[in-house]
Amino acid sequence: MLADYLPSLFEGTLITLSVAGASLTIAAALGLLGAAAKLSRSRALRTAANLYTTVIRGVPDLVLMLLIFYGGQVALNWAAQRLGHEDYIDINPFVAGVATIGFIFGAYLTETFRGALMAIPPGQREAGLAFGMSPARVLIRITLPQMIRLALPGFTNNWLVLVKSTAIVSVIGLSDMMQRAGFAAGATQQPFTFYLAAAGLYLAITTVSLLALNALNRRYSAGVRWAHA
Amino acid sequence: MNWDAIQSGLPGYLDGAWLTLQLLGASLSIGLIAALPLALLRASANPWARQPVWAFTYVIRGTPMLVQLFLIYYGLAQFSAVRESALWPWLSEAWFCAVLAFGLNTCAYTVEIFAGCITATPRGEIEAARALGLSRAQLHRRILLPSALRRALPAYSNEVIMMLHGTSLASIVTLLDLTGAAREVNSRFYAPFEAFLTAAVFYLALTFLLVGLFHLAERRFLTHLRPRMT
Amino acid sequence: MQRFRILLLAPLVMLATIALSAAAQDRKLRIGVEGAYPPFSQVGADGKVAGFDIDIAHALCAELKARCTLVTQEFDGMIPSLIARKFDAVIASMSITEERKKAVDFTDKYYQSPNRMIAKVGVFADATPATLKGKRIGVQRTTIHDRFATDTFKDGTIVRYAKQSEVFLDLAAGRIDAALMDAVPADTGFLKKPAGKGFGFVGAAFNDPKYFGHGAGIAVRKGDTLREELNRALANIRGNGTYKKIQDKYFEFDIYGAVVK
Repeated sequence: MLADYLPSLFEGTLITLSVAGASLTIAAALGLLGAAAKLSRSRALRTAANLYTTVIRGVPDLVLMLLIFYGGQVALNWAAQRLGHEDYIDINPFVAGVATIGFIFGAYLTETFRGALMAIPPGQREAGLAFGMSPARVLIRITLPQMIRLALPGFTNNWLVLVKSTAIVSVIGLSDMMQRAGFAAGATQQPFTFYLAAAGLYLAITTVSLLALNALNRRYSAGVRWAHA
Repeated sequence: MNWDAIQSGLPGYLDGAWLTLQLLGASLSIGLIAALPLALLRASANPWARQPVWAFTYVIRGTPMLVQLFLIYYGLAQFSAVRESALWPWLSEAWFCAVLAFGLNTCAYTVEIFAGCITATPRGEIEAARALGLSRAQLHRRILLPSALRRALPAYSNEVIMMLHGTSLASIVTLLDLTGAAREVNSRFYAPFEAFLTAAVFYLALTFLLVGLFHLAERRFLTHLRPRMT
Repeated sequence: MQRFRILLLAPLVMLATIALSAAAQDRKLRIGVEGAYPPFSQVGADGKVAGFDIDIAHALCAELKARCTLVTQEFDGMIPSLIARKFDAVIASMSITEERKKAVDFTDKYYQSPNRMIAKVGVFADATPATLKGKRIGVQRTTIHDRFATDTFKDGTIVRYAKQSEVFLDLAAGRIDAALMDAVPADTGFLKKPAGKGFGFVGAAFNDPKYFGHGAGIAVRKGDTLREELNRALANIRGNGTYKKIQDKYFEFDIYGAVVK
């Protein structure tokens, strides 16, 4: 029974991974924007960023997902019509799911990146500028590499939660691993078998991610002297 | 905005909020009670005590709660041995299955939070207690646990908020919690935006309420750790 | 804060590239289907959705010379998604009822099947509200069965599910005492399968047109001219034998005006 559905489950695993990967890209972009806004001198930007993180982190993923999935499309159609667009803009469930999860986890990554940026001593940037580096070069050579190192532990955590959150995109009709498992469970009347298989696949993704991110963490932390060493 | 939909759904939302709080309370209690002894094992120096608990938290934290809930609710019923067992009257209740899944989850996360705080206890506190001649049990009861649990408060408050949001999955196994109430309104009025926005407002209010309560608790129990005015 | 201003730029470019998704050009239709309602719509071992609804959808698209994308969606999200323009038509065994007509338009019916209660054989003598008093009755959320059961079996508990297959799982597990549904999926999707052993139809078929409407139709947005096109396409496949060919693949009887024993 399980063997018949394995190819379908693996296909679903690929969809789960692409949803997670694409959402992470959006979330990282929004996270950087959010962190920059929170640390900016403009009060309006700070307020907007605070509103974003507070609201997103105060409402369950499932509710946000349903809200953005339906509400987002209505808003988009309205905007498109106002701009004189005759036809409507086509969003498939993949784009909708990715946008939604990216939007939600952008709020969590905002906090992670903000914490990391604040942990970089301001003297380092000043030193870079004093050496005659352009601000862009300071950003690329000094700020970003350190931010990556400082943000990695939080980022690892955010990524693991994000992967698990993709399980709920099945509710909005995306044919991910969870939806495949659910359909197979219904068709064969063997829910335990298929949900256990899904659990095993998620655990495998978690394990591989942890191994990879821990290796990355060691690489970026080379040269850091730990206080208790 | 379809205000009629929101208004006629309001009693459902209130009932739903109450069920959400019940689910949250029950699963947090189970998780907390089970987490205390497990955290001590997890922080123990003995690998035979430590590793089984690590495996438990790793598996639970490494898989989505939705999958765990489906395994318990739909999965276990696949076996006639389970359906004929003495546990079935419990397991046949969606409410019980949800609390079990949520409880297992929060337990695993709480174990990690507590164990982290126990291992991070300053050596000096323990040495001082030994010097005073406290027994092992006294050391745990009087020094180690009160100190560690207080320091765990900020991380635990995050966990409680995550669980509040996690309970929204109850709607997927037929329960009429806050999210379930929203899905009912949506299906009756075809007004998803209004239905889920109202639920979001309720969740936001509950989140603020819980965050406020934890701030009060932190002020009460963590005064000694606040930065001092100089 | 120069560095943050630069930090703002890169993500904006990334977002813009992702957000740009091409608008529709030639005739493309997106059809909402369910995927968990055998034999009308189910996802097979290969991960592809198949069934009577699906074959009808493909046949109609061929008539309309349109390129169709099938979008799977849980039933309670069908009408909201249709209105939100997530798809253009719903071919998901949706009954034509007055209540739904307030939100969407329907084509002519494309099949009709009776609605029956199923339960463990020998437990209930009939399916009246008196017999089912205090019992748990499973239905799929927002279906005609949900509406009818909610109004009719007021002394019972109505348990609502997102998928029909979940109703079957809980009926077999004994979490619900009875379930109200379409007779055809009940028969092929459950009663004829190993899990449905010992279960059977209870009482007579329900057919109050106020709730059960007049057969299953294709839902489109209000005022959409697609409705007339689909009606013409339906008449064509009824006339040219395509419909009969599809029907014979799944049923041994006339599903267009079906009466199942």
